[in-house]
Amino acid sequence: MQNHFFALADFLTAELRGAEIFTCWFSGERSDFVRFNHGKIRQAGNVQQRYLSLRLILNGRQASSSLALTGGGEDFALAKHALAELRDVIEDLPQDPYLLYATEVHSSESKRGGAATAPVAVVEQIVTGARGLDLVGIYAAGSMFRGFANSFGQRNWHEVENFDFEWSLYYQADKAVKSSYAGFDWNVDELQLKMRTAVDQLAILQRPAITIAPGEYRVFLAPRAIEEIVGMLAWGGLSAKARHTKQSPLIKMEQGTRLSSKISLRENTIDGIAPGFQSDGFTKPPQVTLIDRGQLADPLIAPRTAQKYALIGNGANSSESPEALELSSGNLRNADAVAALDTGLLINNLWYLNFSDRRACRLTGMTRFATFWVKHGKIVAPVNVMRFDDTAYRLLGDNLLDLTREQDYMLDASTYGSRSTQSVRLPGALVAALKFTL
Amino acid sequence: MNEIVKDFASLKSAAPFWSLRYVKEKSEMLAVRDDVAEPPQLSNDRGAMLTAMVSGGCGYAATSDLSPAGLQAALDRAGEWANATRNASVIAYDPSNMPNARGSWSAPPSSAALGTRRELYQVLATECHAAKIDDRIVDRYTSLNVINSEQLYLSNSGAEIHQQFRYTIPHAYVVANHGSMTQTRSLGFAQQGGADILARAKFIGCGQRLAEEALQLLLAANCPSGKMDLLLLPEQMMLQIHESIGHPLELDRILGDERNYAGASFVTLDMFGKYRYGSPLLNVTYDPSRPEELASFAYDDEGSRAEKTFLIRAGILENSLGGHVSQNRAGKPGVANSRASSWNRAPIDRMANLNIEPGASSVDDMIANIERGILMTTNVSWSIDDSRNKFQFGCEWGQLIESGKLTSVVKNPNYRGISATFWRNLKMVGNAASFEVHGTQFCGKGEPNQAIHVGHAAPPCVFSDVDVFGGED
Repeated sequence: MQNHFFALADFLTAELRGAEIFTCWFSGERSDFVRFNHGKIRQAGNVQQRYLSLRLILNGRQASSSLALTGGGEDFALAKHALAELRDVIEDLPQDPYLLYATEVHSSESKRGGAATAPVAVVEQIVTGARGLDLVGIYAAGSMFRGFANSFGQRNWHEVENFDFEWSLYYQADKAVKSSYAGFDWNVDELQLKMRTAVDQLAILQRPAITIAPGEYRVFLAPRAIEEIVGMLAWGGLSAKARHTKQSPLIKMEQGTRLSSKISLRENTIDGIAPGFQSDGFTKPPQVTLIDRGQLADPLIAPRTAQKYALIGNGANSSESPEALELSSGNLRNADAVAALDTGLLINNLWYLNFSDRRACRLTGMTRFATFWVKHGKIVAPVNVMRFDDTAYRLLGDNLLDLTREQDYMLDASTYGSRSTQSVRLPGALVAALKFTL
Repeated sequence: MNEIVKDFASLKSAAPFWSLRYVKEKSEMLAVRDDVAEPPQLSNDRGAMLTAMVSGGCGYAATSDLSPAGLQAALDRAGEWANATRNASVIAYDPSNMPNARGSWSAPPSSAALGTRRELYQVLATECHAAKIDDRIVDRYTSLNVINSEQLYLSNSGAEIHQQFRYTIPHAYVVANHGSMTQTRSLGFAQQGGADILARAKFIGCGQRLAEEALQLLLAANCPSGKMDLLLLPEQMMLQIHESIGHPLELDRILGDERNYAGASFVTLDMFGKYRYGSPLLNVTYDPSRPEELASFAYDDEGSRAEKTFLIRAGILENSLGGHVSQNRAGKPGVANSRASSWNRAPIDRMANLNIEPGASSVDDMIANIERGILMTTNVSWSIDDSRNKFQFGCEWGQLIESGKLTSVVKNPNYRGISATFWRNLKMVGNAASFEVHGTQFCGKGEPNQAIHVGHAAPPCVFSDVDVFGGED
C-alpha cells in the first residue's frame, strides 16, 4: 500500500497547475473481524479498504475530497477526477483566513508488527478455550496503514500490524467479567492465562448479588473504569478550540479550580501506536503536558485553531482529542488496592458516561460487568448495576486518595469506520467518596 | 451499477448461497463558523461486501476493489470464513432459506432543488451572522450535509434490489457564555429529501432564535429537583424512544450478541405477546413507509421486504426488532431491520424507523392538564445501563409548567428513570397535529462498530411522577 500511495502522490504532484498545492492523507486496513456469542462464532469476515483524502489549496482557498481507492491502476484516474472536481469547487470559495498547512518537509516511516498467527487458527484456539463458557466478544486483527503526502515532497508512512481480542465471560443476566488481550505477537499461553484469570473472577460473581442504596461510597476504580473518566475529560476538556469557545468541561479550571495534585495527564505520542504526524503534515511532539499536578497546562492545538486564535500549534488532530493519553501513576500498589479500599466498591468497568452538567464537569454513568462489594479488605459479593452522578472535581480532586503505582497500557478497541490507532496508559484510583443516585 | 450486475454473474463459489451488497455514497458537507466558510468536504465512497453461506457457516469479505478479480477474491475470502465457521457457529445457517426478492426504491422527489453551493453557503452565512446578537455569544456554527446513496443487493438465488436515498441534514448551534456559565442551543434535523427539509427544519431564522434562547438560558435559574409531570417535545422523544424502547427490542441484543459492547436487554423472549411495556396510550410502530423519515426503505440489507408493523399496541409488547437471521434463531417474528452502516460492515439488527403513533391530546391540553411539571426539549446528555433500564437524560431547554401554564425557563434540566416503569406512567399523547419526524445518523452498535442512521417520529408526550433535577449549584 505504501508504494501505491506514494505513486499516487507523485502522480498528483505532476498533475498540479501553476500555484496549486495539495496535501493528502491515506487511511487503509486489511482486517479480520470475528464476533463470538455463547462461546461460538457469531459473524466472521475480512475487510480491505483504502481511502485517500485529497485537499487542494490555491491562493488561500481550499477544499477537500475523500475517495475510496481500489488499490489498482484505476486509482490514478479516480485521483485525477477528484483533483478536477476540487478545481471546480475551489473557484466558488472565498479565501480561508484560517488555512494552515506544513511547508517544511519532514518525511518519516514507521512500521510495527509481530509474528502473525493465521486468524482461523486463533479463532480455533478461542473456541476451544471458551468450551463450557458463555463467552461473547470480538477478535480484530490485521494491518492498519496511515500516510501523508504533499506537493512539497513530504512523505510519511505509518504501518501497524496487531490484534485485539476483547471478550466477556457471563455467569448470568448482566453478571460478567470483561477481559482483553491485545498486542503484536499472538501467544496461546497468554490467552489461556487470561482466560483462567477471568474464570476465577467469574466464581465470585456466582455469589448472591447485593443492591446498594443510593448514597456516597468509597471506591476503587480499575484502569478500565478510569479510561472512561479520562475519556470524558478528553471530550473537549483538552482542546484549545473548546477552551476559546468556553465549551470545555474543564472551564472552571481555567478560572482557578484545581484537581488533585496527584493528577498529571499528558499526550505521550511516542508511547502509542498512532502516527507521529497529522493530516495537515505537521509532526507531533513526543509529549504534550495537558494537566500538570492538578492544574491545566497546554491544550491540544490543531492548525486551524492555531491560526484562528494566534496560537502555536502542537500537531493535534482536527478534533483536538488525544491519541496516546497517559495519566501519571501514584503510590498504591495494585496488590494492596483491595486492602486499601477496606470497605466500599471495587469497580472494574464503567459504562455510558455523559455530562449531567458539562460546565461543572459533572459526570453520570453506570457500573458494568464485575463490580464487587468489599468489606474489611475482602471481596464479599457482586453488586447490581448502579448509576453514579458526581463531578470530576470531587472524584479527581479532594476525594482522590491515591493512584496505583502500576499503569495498564490499553489499545482502543473502537472500530467505527476503521480500526483505531489510539491507546491509553492509566493507573487505578482509590477514591474516598463517589455519589450514586439510582 | 450495470457493471456490478454483469460482474456478479461471472462470480463463482462452491458455497450454495452467496450475495453481493454494493454501496455507492456521494456526500458534501458545507459549514460556516463565526462568519467564515469552513472548507467544503466532499466524499465519494464505494465498495462491496460479498457474503458466502454454507450449511451451518457464514463468512463475509468487504472490498473497495470492484474489479472482477477484486470481487472474486473477496467472494473467495468470504467462502473461506464460511467453511471455517461451519462447525462452530452460534447460528444454524441455512443457505436454502434466504430472501430472494427483486425490486427497487428511491427517495421521495424534492419539491425544489437545494441550490448551488454558493447559494447554500449564503443561507448558512446568513443564519450564522444572525446569531451575532450579543457579546456573550461566543461560538456560532451552521452546516448542511447532503448525502446521496445508491445500494444494490444481488444473490445467486435471484435477489436483485436497487435502492436510492438522499439524506439532507441541516445543523446549527449557538453558544453563550458569561464567566464559567456556558449554555448552548442547537438545531439538529435529519430527513430524506431535498430543499423542503430546510423549511421543515425551520432552519431559516434559526440563527437569531437559537442565540436568543441561549442568552435566556444563561440568565435562567437552575432546574428544580423533585417528582413532577414531564412534557417531552418530539425532539427529546426521539432519544427517549431510541434508548428505552428501540435498543431493548433489538432481537440480537435479546439473544446476547451485543453483551460485550452495546449491552443486552431487560426484555426477554417470553415477554412478547403479554408484557405490559407502557400505559394503554402507548402504540409503537416500526414504520419504513414514511417517505421523508431517515430510515425509510423497501428492503433491508438481507433482502427482506419492509412493512409497517406494530411492536407495542395499547401498551402490550407484540413484536421484536429482529431481521431474517435473528427471527430464525429466536423462533419469533420480527421486521426487516437487518442493516449495515456501509459496504464494509455486515448487517445486524438495527431499529430503523421507530415511531410513537399519535394520540388525542393537543399541546395546549397537555400543558393545561399539568399542575406542577416541566417541558423539556433538545437532548444534550444521554446515559443508560447495559440492559437499557436505568436511564438519565438531559436537555438543553426546560420550561416550568405551573397550574396549567408555561412559566419560567430553567437551565440544565435532567431527568432519570427506569424503562420498565417509565412508559407505564405515560399520561397523555399528542395528536396528529403535534406529530414530528426526526432522526439521527449516529446510532452506535455492533462489533466491529457501526454508526447508522435511524428515524423517530412522535408527538409530544406527558409522563407522570418523574424524577427531575438540575445542574450543579
